[in-house]
Amino acid sequence: MAETGAGPVIGARSVRRAGLADYAPTYGALAALVLLFVVNAVVTPNFLDVNNFRNVLLQVAPTVLVAVGMTYVITTGGIDLSVGSIMAVASAVAAVSLGRGVGFAIILALVVALVVGTLNGVLISSFRIQPIIVTLASLITVRGVAQVISNGGQLIPFDNPRFAWLGQGYVGPVPVQVLVMALVVAAAIFVMRATVYGRYVAAVGGNESAARLAGVRVHRTKIMVYALSGLLAGLAGLIETARLGASDAQKVGLNIELDAIAAVVVGGTPLTGGRATVVGTVIGALIMQLITTSFNMNGISFAWSLVIKAAIIIVAVYIQRPKVA
Amino acid sequence: MSNAPLLRMEGIRKVFSGVTALDGVDFTLERGEVHSLVGENGAGKSTLIKIMTGAYQRDGGRIMLEGREVNFRSPEDAQRAGVVAVYQEVNLLAYRTVAENIYLGREPRRFGLIDWKCMKRDAGALLKRLGLDIDPAATLGDLNIALRQMVAIARGVSFGAKVVVLDEPTSSLTEHEVSILYDVIRRLKDEGTGVVYISHRFDELYAICDRVTILRDGRLVGSRSLAGLDRLDLVCMMLGKQREELQRQGATAFGHHDGAATADESPLMRAENLTRGRKLDRVSLDVGRGEIVGLAGLLGSGRTETARAIFGADQIDAGRVYFEGHPLNLRSPNDAIDAGLAFLSEDRKAEGIIPELSVRENLTLAALPALSRLGVVSRQKQNEIVERFMKRLGIKASSADQKIRELSGGNQQKVLLARWLCKNPKFLIMDEPTRGIDVGAKAEIQSLVNELASSGLGVLMISSELEELVEGSSRVVVIRDGRRAAELRGAEISQDSIIRAMAEDDTGVVGNANAAAE
Repeated sequence: MAETGAGPVIGARSVRRAGLADYAPTYGALAALVLLFVVNAVVTPNFLDVNNFRNVLLQVAPTVLVAVGMTYVITTGGIDLSVGSIMAVASAVAAVSLGRGVGFAIILALVVALVVGTLNGVLISSFRIQPIIVTLASLITVRGVAQVISNGGQLIPFDNPRFAWLGQGYVGPVPVQVLVMALVVAAAIFVMRATVYGRYVAAVGGNESAARLAGVRVHRTKIMVYALSGLLAGLAGLIETARLGASDAQKVGLNIELDAIAAVVVGGTPLTGGRATVVGTVIGALIMQLITTSFNMNGISFAWSLVIKAAIIIVAVYIQRPKVA
Repeated sequence: MSNAPLLRMEGIRKVFSGVTALDGVDFTLERGEVHSLVGENGAGKSTLIKIMTGAYQRDGGRIMLEGREVNFRSPEDAQRAGVVAVYQEVNLLAYRTVAENIYLGREPRRFGLIDWKCMKRDAGALLKRLGLDIDPAATLGDLNIALRQMVAIARGVSFGAKVVVLDEPTSSLTEHEVSILYDVIRRLKDEGTGVVYISHRFDELYAICDRVTILRDGRLVGSRSLAGLDRLDLVCMMLGKQREELQRQGATAFGHHDGAATADESPLMRAENLTRGRKLDRVSLDVGRGEIVGLAGLLGSGRTETARAIFGADQIDAGRVYFEGHPLNLRSPNDAIDAGLAFLSEDRKAEGIIPELSVRENLTLAALPALSRLGVVSRQKQNEIVERFMKRLGIKASSADQKIRELSGGNQQKVLLARWLCKNPKFLIMDEPTRGIDVGAKAEIQSLVNELASSGLGVLMISSELEELVEGSSRVVVIRDGRRAAELRGAEISQDSIIRAMAEDDTGVVGNANAAAE
């Protein structure tokens, strides 16, 4: 009886529409990015130069890597302040172990980053300590560890072309780090949209009790987002180190957590969790980078770009605020 | 003047966006009286309390305190006048001392500074007056929940409260702590304070209360003295049943179910001695294949706790659950789910839907492992399942991509039911499956459950609607005050017998007096 009448019409067409609906929250951010682009194209000299685009992408790559992990964390309703320090520890670990081979150094650095992230996750999920507290503690401790590893935070320069390739090399016309960023972003989009795990991340953030009753392993899901965030921060740390040709435990990744959170929020992933848009995060990061770049190119003080960024964050959150029911 | 009641509420009306929550309710509280307010879900108890204590504004009616008309604009307003509420979740500062909490916002001052000595002394005197052995200098967070609650009451009394409202004060207390609470209440009573006491436990009502006012669907059913009030009459009033017409009525879509034939084989699910604090006390029950067993009980009786314990959703202190002869690990729902159990929770919003996700994502949530390979969800399998179940259950949505929060209650419930049915469960626990959904969806769900049971699904169904239990179940287990009170089968099942089992006290005598009158 009820099957007829106003029943659902599900077919290939409605399935395809899912794609667009998923991007809906990012439309605003996309519009802002386009606007920023157009204004710059008119106002800023040499803005449309290929080199300029490449520079923007180069500069934004570490932030995007970190922000992708942050998107997953924030989708579960959490936050990860420790990413910058994880970058530093990965950088220090890689620098001191380069002598045993590039592969060894990279893997060891990534393992350390993964372990720190996993520890964050265990403390948050199994011991029920607030994410902001746990990761704030990591932010402080882990950079301390990074400085200890690098002899009290000294600069560790190295001359290793194979490692430097990670931050300075090219594949065809594309810089290696831009390629890495593209691969990570593509994988993150795929995992969020097409895998069981991605579905669980959104479910845990959307309604934890309901997810638990439906058989979602909530602890495991949460631990894994922090582990992932740690791993991606480690990767970003390696790229930064390779680009600089030295490890600087005091500076690498400093304040990047703020840029990453800003990118996530501006991109349309709500801080309350339950909904994710990796594409939005990339757009958010690009907006922030373009502002910095265009202010630089127009010779306006860097300080002003900070003010504009702050305003954009506030506006983005204001637009996304939950509608009063 | 002196013969005016302490508090009188007359013809109180409250409408929330077009829905009438209270419709002409009267309530009278005398000095030194402990007055209980009872009613099932949606009766309007908490709305009435909130109007009484200034948290809500009434849309109609009058409130008189000691004969004078009052108009509370806020809880602070009511507090100043002497009407104080102490809520379930104690609203105090954990890191401050007991004395500071009692006088928060009204600290005694000397030369513009807080007079700590005076505050401690006054707090100590007040606690002693209530018969409480609590150090006023102790940090509140170091006290257990019961003592914290007593501090909250002391805070209320320190305002010079004439009326103290206790909303489910015992829900997290132990037996011993309850007796401390009773002592405090008796002292308040002796001082002439009026106490409004809300609890779902009948033993408590009869132990501490003088009168009871019964509400149902926002209306006043009646107000009675508890001494001499038959429990059966009380339950009938709460449920809105006339004692004369307690019989089958045939208003649901279950049809007659006679699954009792399968009772000879070993049960599909057997729960033994489930125990959890004061909420569950050695509850045992079993359900066979193809059987629908009803789980009856008043609000707060422990029926939901029983269901959650079987599913592993809450930690229990003792007890076991056997499924197809094997014990279940009750630490998390996963073991139960893997074994073939399913649980449709009571509160759709808090424990059912993932609001921001689509109908498709909500529907497949529990079945994802089966719909995926190497962790990647198969679009084809997923869409097939979603399409099949949306059709089968008649789920009305603009498309499978619509967010579930935009659907009607009935359609949300169908999606949640489909979430489990698409896993082909062997045993389905349903907690109030048809609450708050429209008549059409209700009938569809009822007949679907009946159909599934006849093909072998075991069902445990909690319901506040007696018709649903009577017509849907082959057996009914009745829970009362956390204990298993009765099991009814076959011809024994009637609204009358269920209500009697809900109402009887442990001696089983109280109901009889009126049985003769029928």
